[in-house]
Amino acid sequence: MASGSLLQALVDELGRLPGIGPKSAQRIAFHLLKVADEDARRLADAIVDVKERVTLCSRCFNVAEGELCDICSDTRRDGSVLCVVEDPRDVAALEKTQEFRGRYHVLHGALNPIEGVGPDQLRVRELLSRLDDEGVTEVILCTNPNLEGEATAMYLARLLKPLGTRVTRLASGLPVGGDLEYADELTLGRALEGRREVDA
Amino acid sequence: MSLYRDEGVVLRTMRLGEADRIVTLLTRGHGKVRAVAKGVRKTTSKFGGRLEPLSHVALLCWKGRELDIVNQAEVTEAFRTVREDLSRVAKAFTVLEVADQLAQERHPAPRLYEMVLGALRALAADDSAMLVAGFLLKALALEGSAPMVDACASCGAEGDLVAFDLLQGGALCRDCRRGRPVSPAALEMVRRVLGGGLAGVLVEPASAVTEEVAALAGGAMEAHLDRRLRSLHSSPVG
Repeated sequence: MASGSLLQALVDELGRLPGIGPKSAQRIAFHLLKVADEDARRLADAIVDVKERVTLCSRCFNVAEGELCDICSDTRRDGSVLCVVEDPRDVAALEKTQEFRGRYHVLHGALNPIEGVGPDQLRVRELLSRLDDEGVTEVILCTNPNLEGEATAMYLARLLKPLGTRVTRLASGLPVGGDLEYADELTLGRALEGRREVDA
Repeated sequence: MSLYRDEGVVLRTMRLGEADRIVTLLTRGHGKVRAVAKGVRKTTSKFGGRLEPLSHVALLCWKGRELDIVNQAEVTEAFRTVREDLSRVAKAFTVLEVADQLAQERHPAPRLYEMVLGALRALAADDSAMLVAGFLLKALALEGSAPMVDACASCGAEGDLVAFDLLQGGALCRDCRRGRPVSPAALEMVRRVLGGGLAGVLVEPASAVTEEVAALAGGAMEAHLDRRLRSLHSSPVG
């Protein structure tokens, strides 16, 4: 049955999405079958548009809809401060804080010797060339606070410090809304180490 | 499902789904265990940084068919001095990778477990140039695959040993020589490691000899495992 195989193709494709099993895929496929034509088309167009038009920013390697991403092409951003992150999703997370007005650099990964990811697999060389070109005075290392992210931060610090750039690392400590009793030793130790004077 | 208690070292972690991780541990009583840590990637997770690679933890796990589930974890040793030093972290990565390769799932290997812990403790105390090589040679000996360094691995002659060949499994005399050349000092150091003199070797400063032994031990372990040790070849330091 021709229509059956078309539907099956859709179910199969949906089933390949992360976190969607065969049952969910079937449910979504039947839902799409029922919705209005224009709704389904909007979804299809959105997928095609994203695949065709979204690329990586040639400067910071964040996702972009042109040569440069929104942040790199925004002249109001402070080009002297660079925030180094592992993944474009980290840019989105930092942007939500609305605390950072500088620019970003996305490494696309973290050093992971066990998985064979060394400095050459990351956008490290591009980062170094940006320092001179853009007059960067401070680099904030915003890699994840896990073993791989920390190793990456240490590696970059060792590389950048001799160049005379100010190198800072994202603070590490207790999450807001957390519970001291349940904090692990490493986090609590660091929180204690990075304590701050309280303004009275 | 039954609940069990054990202690272990976290060897590696792998992302799973939205906020979980599969944690691979080398445990004292259950060998290599793969367990799901639910919600560990959320900042408010009760596990926090406890299940990061390198952590020595006391565990309470649900036993599953293939994957266990971590119920509670408490840090025994965090090895902070190792984590915060790039050169030591690079060495620790190799220890963890080799332990992951050697250990069998759910097959207790208490000696290997003690050796991994011992290596990490030694690394936390001192960034020794011989740490990785010492661990690799000792682990090979534990596997019954220590390179033969007292007599020629091919003809058994004692006396001048001038070459080292991984296929032959050790040092070779002048007549049988093949593979790479090896210095007497390097062979002597390997003998000391295998002969119970590891503590003395670990305080040796880095030199051409320690480098030679490191290359030899790395090659021997790769030949034993029949695969490349990625952490030896993509190290972030030099």
